[in-house]
Amino acid sequence: MLDTVLFYIFAVMVLLGGILTITRRSAVHSAISLIVSLLGVAGLYLLQQAEFLFAVQIVLYVGGIMLLFLFVIMLVNLDLAAKERQFNRQWLVALAAVAAMGAEIGYFLYRGKDAFHIAEGAAGAVASALGNTEQIGDSLFSEYLLPFEIASLLLLVAVVGSVVMAKKRI
Amino acid sequence: MPVSSFASSLDMARFLPELILTIAGTLLMVLDPVIHKRSSSLFGHLSILALLAGIGGALYGYAHRGPAFGGLLMVDGFATFFTVLVMVVGILTVLPSYKFLQREDAETSEFHALLLFSVAGQCIMASANELIVIFIGLEISSIASYVMAGYLRDDKRANEAALKYFLLGSFATAFFLYGVALIYGATGTINLSAVRAVILGPNAPAPVFIGVAAAIMFVGLAFKVSAAPFQIWAPDVYQGAPTPVSAFLSAGPKAAAFAVFLRIFMTAFEPIAGGWVPLVWICALLSMTVGNFAALLQTNVKRMLAYSSIAHAGYVLVALTAQSEVGTAAAMFYLAGYAFMNVGAFAVVSHLSGRGEKYQDIESFKGLAQKQPLTAAMLTIFLLSLIGVPLTGGFFGKFYIFKAALESHLVWLTVLGLLNSAVAAYYYLRILVMMYMHEPGEAVRDIEPLTPSLGLALILPAIGTLFLGIFPGWVLDFAGKSSNLLK
Repeated sequence: MLDTVLFYIFAVMVLLGGILTITRRSAVHSAISLIVSLLGVAGLYLLQQAEFLFAVQIVLYVGGIMLLFLFVIMLVNLDLAAKERQFNRQWLVALAAVAAMGAEIGYFLYRGKDAFHIAEGAAGAVASALGNTEQIGDSLFSEYLLPFEIASLLLLVAVVGSVVMAKKRI
Repeated sequence: MPVSSFASSLDMARFLPELILTIAGTLLMVLDPVIHKRSSSLFGHLSILALLAGIGGALYGYAHRGPAFGGLLMVDGFATFFTVLVMVVGILTVLPSYKFLQREDAETSEFHALLLFSVAGQCIMASANELIVIFIGLEISSIASYVMAGYLRDDKRANEAALKYFLLGSFATAFFLYGVALIYGATGTINLSAVRAVILGPNAPAPVFIGVAAAIMFVGLAFKVSAAPFQIWAPDVYQGAPTPVSAFLSAGPKAAAFAVFLRIFMTAFEPIAGGWVPLVWICALLSMTVGNFAALLQTNVKRMLAYSSIAHAGYVLVALTAQSEVGTAAAMFYLAGYAFMNVGAFAVVSHLSGRGEKYQDIESFKGLAQKQPLTAAMLTIFLLSLIGVPLTGGFFGKFYIFKAALESHLVWLTVLGLLNSAVAAYYYLRILVMMYMHEPGEAVRDIEPLTPSLGLALILPAIGTLFLGIFPGWVLDFAGKSSNLLK
C-alpha cells in the first residue's frame, strides 16, 4: 500500500519535472525542474531495491551533472536565446510520433505484463541474500573486471580529447 | 573468490596488444613536456615502435590463443587478423602524418596518443566476445577518432567534420547500446555465445524482440562502416578531416566495425539469419550503387574517395550476405586489401595537397607522372587495385567475395555488384588520365620532393597491395582457417 502511494508520488515528480523542463523559458528554471525529475527517478530506483543506483543517481546526476549544467547556464549568456522562438513547429512529425508512441503504450496496457518477455536470468539475479550494492561490487570486480578497467581508458581518451579541443594553441 | 582467477597471466598475454598501446599512448603524453624541440618527429618514431611491438604482442597472444577474462575476450585467428590489420593501418597513418604535422605546424604528442588509443579500442572490438566490451571498445575508438577528425581546430572544414562525426556517431552508438539493452532484457545475457544458446534453447524469447534488437544494432554498426542509407556523414567527414586522419578513418575503424559486425551476426544472430539477410542484401546493393554513382559526380578527390569507400563497404556487405565461412574469409581478405590501397591513395592525396590542403581537386593531379613518376606509379597501383584489376589485392578481394556470393546463390546481387565495379572504373581512371595525359598544373609545380617517411608511406601499401594480388593464398588461407568463429 505504502509502496503504491510512494510510487505515484515519485512518478508525478518525474513527469511534472520533465514537463516543466521543456516548457520553462528560463534555462535555470528548466535545470531545476530537471533536478526534481531526476530525484523522482532516484526514488523509483529505491522502490525497486536498487540502493546502489539510487545513490549513484543522486551523487552523479543530481549532484555532479546538474551542477555542471547550472554552471554552464550561468557562464553562457542565454538572455538572447530566451527571447527567441523556442519551438520549431513541426506539427506533422510530432503528431505522427505521438500517435505511434500512444499506440505502443496502448498495446502494452492491453497485453499487460505478458507483452514483453523478460529473461529469467535477468530478473532472477535480484533475489539473493546479498544486498544490491554488494552484488554490483562483486560482479564489477570479478566477472566484469575487464570492462570496468577499460572504461578508465575511455575516460582518459575523453579527457585528452577535450583538452586537445580546448587548448589555445595546438 | 580470489580476484587473480579473473586476470591470470594467460589472460594478460591475450590482452597484450591493447596493454602495449595504452601504455605507449600514456607514455607519449608524459614525455611531451620533457621533449623541448617541438618540431621533433620523435613522437612518430615512438608510435611506430609501439605499433610494431603491438603486432608482436598480438602474435604472442595468438600463440597462446583462447578465451580471456572469463570469455569476455576471444583471442582467435579472426581477432588476431583484425588486431594486426588495424595496427598496420595505424603505422601507415603515422608515416604520412610526419610530413603533414610538420607542414601544418601542429606536431604534438596528443595526436599520436589519440591514434594509439583509437587503435587500442579497435583491437578490443576485434577480440571482444561480449556486447558491453564491444561497446566500450567502440566508444574508445570513436571518441579518439572524433578528436582526430577535428585536430586542426582553426580549419573550418575540420571543425565541421568533427562536429558532424561526433553528433551522428554518438547517435549511432546510442542505437547500438539500445540494441544491447534489448538483448539483455530478452535473453538475460550479453555474452555472444550465451545469447546464441538462449536463442536456440527451449526458452527462446519471442523472435520479434531479438529481431528488433538485431535491427537496431545493425543500424548502429552500419553507420560505423558507412553503409547506405547511413552513409551521409562520410563525404563531409573525410573531406574535412586532415588527410592522414581520413586515411585512418576509412580503414581502421571500418575494419574493426566489420569485425564486430561479422562476429555478432555470424555467431549470436546466426540462428535468425533468415530475418537479417534480406536487410543486408538491400543495404549492400544500396551502398554499392549510391557510393559508385555519387563518386562519379565528385571533383574533390577526398570526397570521391569517401564515396568509393562507401561502395567498398557495400562489397564487404555482399560477403556478409553470403552468410557462410567462405564469405567471412572473403570479407577478411577484402578488408586487408582495401586497407592497403585506400590508405595508400590517401597518402598520395596528402602529399600532393600542400600546405593548408589547398589542392584537393581532381585537376591537381594533372601531369604528376612527369614531375614525380614514382608517386604517380604508386597511385596507379592503388587505383588499379581499387578498380579490381588482376595482379592487385583488389581483384582477388572482389573475386573471393563474388565467389562466396555465388556459392550462396546470390546471383542477382553478384550481377549488380559486378556492374557496379564497372561503373567505378570510370572515376578511378579519370585520375590516371589526369596524371599521365596532361601537362603539369599548378599543384604539381608546387609539389615538394618525397621525404623518406612519405616514400615509405607510399611504397609499403603498394607492396602490400601487390603481395595480396600475386600471392593471395597466404592471407586467404589464414582467413579461411580463422573464419570458423566460436559459436
